[in-house]
Amino acid sequence: MVEIRFHGRGGQGAVTSAELLAQAAIAQDRYAQAFPSFGPERRGAPVVAFARIDNKPIRVRTVVSKPDNVIVLDPSILRIVNTSLGLAESGVQVVNSSKNAATLRKEFDLKGKLVTVNANRIAAEEIGRVITNTTMLGALVKATGLVDVDLLVEQIQNRFGRIAGGNIKAFKRAFDECVIDE
Amino acid sequence: MGERKGVEVSIAIAEAAAACDVDCIAAYPITPQTHVVEHLSEIVAEGELDAEFIPVESEHAAMSACCGTAAAGARTFTATASQGLALMHEVLFIASSLRLPIVMVVANRALSAPINIWNDHSDVMTERDVGWVQIFAENGQEAADLVVQAHKIGEDKRVLLPVMVHFDGFILSHVIEPIEMLDRDEVKKFLPDYEPQQRLDVDNPITMGPVGMPTVYTESKMAAEAAIRRSYGPILETFDEFGKQFGRQYKPVETYKTEDAEVMLITMGGISETAMSWVDERRAAGEKVGLVRFRLWRPLPIEEFKKAIKGAKALAVIDRHFSPGGPGGPVAQEIKYNLYEDEPRIPIVECVAGLGGRDVDFNDFDKALGKAKAVLNGEQVPPFELIQVRGGHHGEI
Repeated sequence: MVEIRFHGRGGQGAVTSAELLAQAAIAQDRYAQAFPSFGPERRGAPVVAFARIDNKPIRVRTVVSKPDNVIVLDPSILRIVNTSLGLAESGVQVVNSSKNAATLRKEFDLKGKLVTVNANRIAAEEIGRVITNTTMLGALVKATGLVDVDLLVEQIQNRFGRIAGGNIKAFKRAFDECVIDE
Repeated sequence: MGERKGVEVSIAIAEAAAACDVDCIAAYPITPQTHVVEHLSEIVAEGELDAEFIPVESEHAAMSACCGTAAAGARTFTATASQGLALMHEVLFIASSLRLPIVMVVANRALSAPINIWNDHSDVMTERDVGWVQIFAENGQEAADLVVQAHKIGEDKRVLLPVMVHFDGFILSHVIEPIEMLDRDEVKKFLPDYEPQQRLDVDNPITMGPVGMPTVYTESKMAAEAAIRRSYGPILETFDEFGKQFGRQYKPVETYKTEDAEVMLITMGGISETAMSWVDERRAAGEKVGLVRFRLWRPLPIEEFKKAIKGAKALAVIDRHFSPGGPGGPVAQEIKYNLYEDEPRIPIVECVAGLGGRDVDFNDFDKALGKAKAVLNGEQVPPFELIQVRGGHHGEI
């Protein structure tokens, strides 16, 4: 079982990210869960969402406290939340930042495999708004291969309908442009 | 076979109610039940379900309206949680006493104060005596499946009672997971059109719910007791019929790895799946543990329960509510009452956990098992304990 924790700010679509990822895994006849952090959430406040993926039925209903992967949708979150909390040593952290991995490691003491992508810029250029949920999924899937790319694109298409085009472009650009630092 | 898809549990429940072709929904939104009624109102507004959606000003009005529509002969559905269920309290008795087969899903949530929107069983456990059939779901598939079975059970002419389907708030209600959606044609085969035994009809007037003088009140309560006890047979038949048609078999008491188990954990609702994984882990470590859950809470399937725990040396009950100043957790209390006369009398440790949204994880099950083993070793342990409270349980015992 792979467990993923999403960090973002209310309104940036962290929950949608988790849902799209789970739905892509389910579309592949696998098992998955996605759920929010179960609280009254406010736009702009730090939020978390969770996902689990497995090849057999998932029988656990607790929050994810030891994630295998962490995804940070907003660069400013790193200053106020310890996003590495409980992250497995072999885990991957995917961060939306204009800074490179070496700078982020020095600034926030990030260890393990680190994936960086300037999702704010990509989302602004492709979607016209700095909503980074679909963009960040591109980097996550590139770094982890957690779900099938085509099935994930299909989920984005189903979810966003006529405005899916920009999201799919942003997803693909992040897939190509993210930098993986071992 | 219905389509398997990744969907939020609340949405799957609303779709299941629509597949039942309900005639009337009267509901008031409350966290964490909101998405159920929100989605149903969308389904009705989009014309995908020919039903009357009655937006009401409170849960008291919701249940009152449900009584009215069910009395008029409409297949009636509603949903609530927590304070909403509490506000319905007095009307719940009327629904069961008038023998109205309303189906209600409850997204179980704590009661205030302090204000808390998260999951526990204080809402359901304070409504044990209202005369409704009550069934618990442990995952999203079960919640959707049980909505369909609840209508069939309630409308059975041998039953004619309202049915509550409980599913835990947030830990089930807000989770996206794979669910096989219920095909409307398949559901129609399973659940034929509702034909009320009697109904309010201006051309053939009857009276429902008149005054019951002391000369008849006791007899009406006896009838209510007999009715819910008699519902047990039809409930089993419905579970079997659903199992045959849809391939998913439900039982009044569910067991997991109880063969040769010395200590059996007792849970209800959404934490049960976590408990199964814990049993797997403990079994791998050589511990003879098993898991038993009440799926049916009313009528209480006590004979099935006794069969399920046969061979156990001790029980560890996880309750999600307790009666302050009273006899501890409700599930443990009912088990103890029913086992009192039995020999040998096995020790039962009572653990209260998962109040107001606190996660229930392997550590808590370990603690419950530890208490049971301590009792088996002849040690004194508190009979009833809030096992997750910081700094330990301070209540005088």
